Amino acid sequence: MIRKLMDVALRYKIATACVIILFLFMMMSIFAPWLAPNDPISVDLAHRLQPPSWQYPLGTDQLGRCTWSRLLYGARTSLGVASLIFVSSLGIGILVGIIAGYKGGWLDAVLMRFCESVMAFPNLVLVLGIVGVFGQGMLQLVIALMMVQWVYYARMIRNMVVSLKERTFIAAAKISGSSSWTIMRRHILPNILPAIIVIGTLEMGWAIMDISALSFLGLGIQPPTPEWGAMILEGKAFIRNQPQLMIFPGLLIFLVVMSFHVLGEILSEKLGIKRGL
Amino acid sequence: MGRYVLKRMSSIIPIVLIASFVTFLMIYLSPVDPAEAYLAAANVYPDDEVLAQKRHELGLDQPFLVQYAQSLSKMVRLDFGLSYTSNQPVWQEVTLRMPATIQLAFSSIIVAIMISIPLGFLSAVYKNGVIDYISRAISYIGASIPSFWLGYLLVYIFAVKLDLFPVEGRGGMSHLVLPSITLAISFVAVYTRLLRTTVLEQLQEAYVRYARARGVKEKVIMLKYVLRLAILPVITGLGMNMGKLLTGAVIVEQVFSWPGFGRFFVEAIIDRNIPVIQCYVFLSACLVIAFNLITDLIHLYLDPRISRKGRATQ
Repeated sequence: MIRKLMDVALRYKIATACVIILFLFMMMSIFAPWLAPNDPISVDLAHRLQPPSWQYPLGTDQLGRCTWSRLLYGARTSLGVASLIFVSSLGIGILVGIIAGYKGGWLDAVLMRFCESVMAFPNLVLVLGIVGVFGQGMLQLVIALMMVQWVYYARMIRNMVVSLKERTFIAAAKISGSSSWTIMRRHILPNILPAIIVIGTLEMGWAIMDISALSFLGLGIQPPTPEWGAMILEGKAFIRNQPQLMIFPGLLIFLVVMSFHVLGEILSEKLGIKRGL
Repeated sequence: MGRYVLKRMSSIIPIVLIASFVTFLMIYLSPVDPAEAYLAAANVYPDDEVLAQKRHELGLDQPFLVQYAQSLSKMVRLDFGLSYTSNQPVWQEVTLRMPATIQLAFSSIIVAIMISIPLGFLSAVYKNGVIDYISRAISYIGASIPSFWLGYLLVYIFAVKLDLFPVEGRGGMSHLVLPSITLAISFVAVYTRLLRTTVLEQLQEAYVRYARARGVKEKVIMLKYVLRLAILPVITGLGMNMGKLLTGAVIVEQVFSWPGFGRFFVEAIIDRNIPVIQCYVFLSACLVIAFNLITDLIHLYLDPRISRKGRATQ
């Protein structure tokens, strides 16, 4: 199944382009300390708002920090926080989804009603509400996004498990004496994995978008940590004379989010995976 | 039909209850002590006795469920208490800022419809043509472009460089143009694709073949039959996406310093003004629920098969 995913990613030119962009993004975030020519945080007011030069490839911002270095470290922040949200919400989603779908009955009903009630809220409003009530910061951001995201995974996985449960090979495994745990792990999980990868690709795009949106509002990642959305917020005051301060971070958000989305769309279309809840 | 409407309307009661509970739970778990916040707003030095008295006054010493019941009865009467920062009733402050947000939302819906219906329709009629590719590109771009970045790009090009529109604030029609376009783009992306799909689906139907066989003009078939039916899911989509419009407005209002409800909400988050946050979260859930209901009812009016189906399953 993983090979089939790779196959699709390499056969379609647009998908390959997305994979390359995402690979570069990953490299940016992993090797930021080696690629960055300057410290992304140290303030140098003598060199503020400089044009591009050899020392500062994309110039400097209002505090004399190197824009290119901040962009590199910003990739690290976005990818790191998005992955954290992705892994934790997916983990909870898989656990709840498989248990609810496999066990059924009242447990299923209670868990699913809870998920639906969370879904009744507009996504970002609930996230903002949680951040508002518990304060701003990276930890709150991760918890808020995670709490809102996992219900979508749980719902989707639960529905897949319910339809899988009726299949003969599950019945065969049950008759041959496999425990519930073994069935879940050995038979159900591998079968829902491709769908999880596709949804995960799309969700990573959304997570990066949400993180930058919240940081742009001043409610997510707090300065001086470099983050693309926060960089746009800082750059907006200089829109008249230094528009590059907000153009570059936005362009990167756009490219990365679009690559995740387009790749996810192509994968789900070509593999025939339904994304509906 | 009347019975279906009643049934559908009563189904929102449990959802509103759950929404109010989630909102209450959030406030209940908050580390901010309302009694302290109120006293701080009134510039009272809080000693333990005053605090205890204020807590009693606000009902904070009551058991959990009693507190929830009190909070619920207040919420449905639209009484969200006093704002921590201004000491004014929250509801009054909110209604003051509502018109700006409604204006922005309304005009961006119009922009979205005006772009996506012709674009989606034409890209289905000329499938795989130039227009189809353009609309596909627009839908991918529109779905992934951060609205705050798009907003500033538009400001930079049309307000700073070309000086066609004001940079920010609310005023005449010219103030409305850039924020509405910014807010509309993500909807354009969705509805263009949606309309394209539904038009293509309708073209497969037998009535189209029959009309063609009868010699009805292609233009008439397309505009009078196909488009009319294909637009139904778009209406549903509009209603279902009210939540997205609300959250989009939060960001767009921030970009353009639009004095609306969304901006008020962000200020409240920064000040940790809990009553305002509570009001916003609860109201936006209610709005989403209400719009889903309205959409269903419009759909029912336009497509009477639904109520018949509903009766069959009873």
